[in-house]
Amino acid sequence: MSESAPAVRAKWEHFPHDADVGVRGFGATAAEAFEQAARALTAVVTHAEVRPLEPVGIACEAPDLELLFAEWLNAVIYEMAVRRMLFGRFAVRIAGTQLDATAWGEPVDVARHSPACEPKGATYTALRVAQEQDGSWSAACIVDV
Amino acid sequence: MDPNRFTPVDATTWRVEPHGAMRVPAIIYADESLIRDMDDKVYEQAANVAALPGIVQACYVMPDAHWGYGFPIGGVAAFDPDEGGVVSAGGVGFDISCGVRTMPTGLRVADIMPVQRALAESLFGQIPAGVGSKGAITLDAVDMDAMLAGGARWAIERGRGEARDLARIEERGCMAGAEPACVSERAKERQRREMGTLGSGNHYLEVQAVAELFDRAAAKAFGLAVDEVVVTIHCGSRGLGHQIGTEFLKEMVVTAKASGIALPDRELACAPIRSEVGARYLGAMRAAINCALANREILGHYARRVFAHFFPGCDLRLLFDVSHNTCKVESHVVDAKPRELFVHRKGATRAFGPGHESLPEALRAVGQPVLIGGSMGTGSYILVGAASGEQKAFASACHGAGRAMSRHAALKQWSGRKIVDDLAAAGIIIKSPSSRGVAEEAPGAYKDVDAVVAAAEQAGLARRVARLRPLICIKG
Repeated sequence: MSESAPAVRAKWEHFPHDADVGVRGFGATAAEAFEQAARALTAVVTHAEVRPLEPVGIACEAPDLELLFAEWLNAVIYEMAVRRMLFGRFAVRIAGTQLDATAWGEPVDVARHSPACEPKGATYTALRVAQEQDGSWSAACIVDV
Repeated sequence: MDPNRFTPVDATTWRVEPHGAMRVPAIIYADESLIRDMDDKVYEQAANVAALPGIVQACYVMPDAHWGYGFPIGGVAAFDPDEGGVVSAGGVGFDISCGVRTMPTGLRVADIMPVQRALAESLFGQIPAGVGSKGAITLDAVDMDAMLAGGARWAIERGRGEARDLARIEERGCMAGAEPACVSERAKERQRREMGTLGSGNHYLEVQAVAELFDRAAAKAFGLAVDEVVVTIHCGSRGLGHQIGTEFLKEMVVTAKASGIALPDRELACAPIRSEVGARYLGAMRAAINCALANREILGHYARRVFAHFFPGCDLRLLFDVSHNTCKVESHVVDAKPRELFVHRKGATRAFGPGHESLPEALRAVGQPVLIGGSMGTGSYILVGAASGEQKAFASACHGAGRAMSRHAALKQWSGRKIVDDLAAAGIIIKSPSSRGVAEEAPGAYKDVDAVVAAAEQAGLARRVARLRPLICIKG
């Protein structure tokens, strides 16, 4: 990761898969790409606004950056499931194979969020975390829904 | 896929000869039109599975196959522990023991129609569905382990099911070899309030009418008649299975390397059956099978309660309950010799033919019911396992219509509101907490289920018994 982050607009997107859905985040750093991909994960569930009312701490680790990305999304999925929450904002810090993050969100409100489907787990299919030629980062995988 | 990439054997059998790292061929059962509509990734994924250690005979692909993760959805692969065979967390998938049960009601369509709307509202109100829904049951640590060991039997002992159902559930309602101690605390925490919930995505509870019979003798054995109403439930092991899949996938990626297994795709993460990780996964996966069996038994109990309210004295019996995401130890004849194999079915249904010893007496002469979920608008099928299925694909058949289009594309093409209105005009009531969820599951996003089951029958995997048309659909 470069010290002087390139001027990249942080953003996310979904990409198609036959049965499930792909999530991809872009950012100036790997951490920012991870944050954006988590926003894409929330958008798998709802297109409504998710208010960042309550912070939840998340920590995980994995042997390499790609596996860490899947682990990160799985940790978010776990917190969504056991807390019955959706998250709208994320702050991720990555140190080597260790990730520490805060996710801000609110309890699922079925009427307002109209949740479409529940992510079951992040897969290793189309799993790619990479620094592009312009120095920016992207992080993507298929999520089973 | 281009059919020219295959060696055609007959109209519904297409072979990929072993090449590169493949140890066995891949065999796809589908007609030419279904093959053309499949993504090229199905070919790649089937070839990757065929490269796994200890795979026996072939990697089989069902007519409803589509691009999955690791295995194609609609993939069947058997492994021999004596030949270094593996068990794969990716090969079972995240929704362990996702499956279908069908319960004939003894009612006729004319009984349902006057109360169709009220029945739909009541089922929707009583059956927790969708993201953020809560089950009425909270399990403590002792109950959790009892459920993971007991399956549907546990639900029945707790007054949420009927003992007569057990003979009509795979494994008689309780998967042997389940090890609750192999299930992590996180997986158990994810399930604590999930029992008796339907989930979301393609999971549903439907009230259906028998629209057409294809095999009168089998229909009679199954107790099905035209115009009769049945309840069909499609769901799995909920958060517990998802968490077990997630955790073992990660662990097996690391241990596969240490075991010297070259993974063609990390999602095919696996461990030798005879290894500490393999044994631990099997113990946890079997506990998740019990979770799914218990969950469907409880959902069936809820459906019975609602029907009893509308139709006092009505009797919902269980036709059958069968899973389509599992790894099971089964005896199969290979090269004229019986062998104990670990059969992975991911998006494929076990389809035992007539005479199989595991079937209850009432079904043994005719064969196992194979329950095929279609889409909301087009209907579903009940098939019966064919004798030829054993030799064709280790007694396996398709599991659904199979998606033809991504959720992404479906969302662009349809609005949930319009689908609900159009289906209502066709006499089908859809109840879902999410209009977007309905759009993503639009009937047009699925393959033609008629073509899928016709191909399964032509290929000798299973025979058609009945077509079902939906009257009410509760979607998560």
